[in-house]
Amino acid sequence: MPALTLARLVLVEARRSGLVWLGALVVAAGLGLGAFLGQLAITESRLLQAAVVAALLRVGAVFLLAAQVVTSVQREIDDRRLELMLALPLSRATQYLGRLLGFVAVGVVFAAAFSLPLLLWAVPAAVLAWALSLACELALVAAVALFFAMTLTQLVTALSSTAALYLLARSIGAMQAIASGPLADDSALHALARRAVDGVALLLPALDQATRTEWLLYGLPDARTYAAALGGMLVYLALIGAAGLFDFQRRAA
Amino acid sequence: MNRDERPLRLIPAWIWIALGAALSAQVAVRALTPPPSLSEADLPPAPSTAALRLASFGEPAAIARVAMLYLQAFDYGGTNSAPYRRLDYGRLVEWLQAILELDPRSDYPLFAAARVYAEIPDEARSRMALDFVYREFFANPQRRWPALAHAALLAKHRLHDLPLARRYAAAIQRNARSPDVPLWAKQMEVFILEDMNELEAARIMLGGLLESGSIHDAEEARYLRLKLEELERRLGKTAK
Repeated sequence: MPALTLARLVLVEARRSGLVWLGALVVAAGLGLGAFLGQLAITESRLLQAAVVAALLRVGAVFLLAAQVVTSVQREIDDRRLELMLALPLSRATQYLGRLLGFVAVGVVFAAAFSLPLLLWAVPAAVLAWALSLACELALVAAVALFFAMTLTQLVTALSSTAALYLLARSIGAMQAIASGPLADDSALHALARRAVDGVALLLPALDQATRTEWLLYGLPDARTYAAALGGMLVYLALIGAAGLFDFQRRAA
Repeated sequence: MNRDERPLRLIPAWIWIALGAALSAQVAVRALTPPPSLSEADLPPAPSTAALRLASFGEPAAIARVAMLYLQAFDYGGTNSAPYRRLDYGRLVEWLQAILELDPRSDYPLFAAARVYAEIPDEARSRMALDFVYREFFANPQRRWPALAHAALLAKHRLHDLPLARRYAAAIQRNARSPDVPLWAKQMEVFILEDMNELEAARIMLGGLLESGSIHDAEEARYLRLKLEELERRLGKTAK
């Protein structure tokens, strides 16, 4: 399977580029922060440690994976290896999906490794649910980063675009709540702004509903809420994967 | 991760000197700058819950707890003779309110209000903190009764305001009916009216909380034991 070979190459490159050490460093920083916070709290120390360390590990995993995807693709473009690959008798879909599969696999490994420290402060079932959600979130981030890296072909713009989409997806729920709050006025301008925010939300994944720290603190959500959070990410993964494939097919060598 | 490098001896001497000097200057500047402290700074106005929610990027539980630690840093430690004497309690209550709205299932804001901010030798400020605990109690009585129970004790023994203490006790008695609530709390009004001093009442309350499993956190149990020892010392001195 050529796609699996490409995926394996992505994993090999990730190992050789020192990603393992960086991941270990983030986990160590999380554990250190947890120990420090435990000294400051006067109550709910376990919850405080779980909440803050989980938030740090989540954002750390997302940043490392996005940076790895964008720099890896950028290197391929700069070294003209991408042009070489495109000349091979392999379909473009195989090439794109093979890369994506490799980056998703890196995300799954990250999700497993970054969830383990949380067992110190949260029950295993909650950590498992959080880890599964993080794996889906990282798969989504890998797909978004790959899409921007291939489309924009500039490192800074691709990384910035990935970060912007991710942060917007995590805060769009709060923006919608603010826009439709009881203190909002009824002017036409405000109604337009509210519709604009709702319109943007239609094009974003609901990341504020995924990988929630609350699951670690207060127990799992009901199955329907959990399935909706994971399902929403998988739908967006399919969308961004299809958009990436579309753009890759149009790409001139 | 590997890259080809030239030997260190090829680096000119002036670059070594410049690097050493810059590093020394950096360390000297930082050593001469006092570490930042919030202990005497003014507490800024509380942000709205919506603003905090937006800033949390989908992590309200985490930002609520970080905000509590930030709040604690203002005059935290109680080493001065009149702790929190400079703190604007109006703003403090707004902060606690916003944090509680951000994560309504957290016990931290009410615990801090009852056990830290209400326990000060300033009656007006203490009442503001107690009033906050009382107001917020009704949103979830089965979970928030321990903070109000302590507030009732403070009202009786520190503020010497028996009607206020009875009001708090009656609220617990009427609203906290879960089987997890210990018997003395369900009969809080009787407990408040009993002729016992603050130390005896505090001992019974802490024992009851530990026995009922209401305290899950080791740090909280340690903090409450420390407060009990502090009370024993204080009342011992008064008796002498």
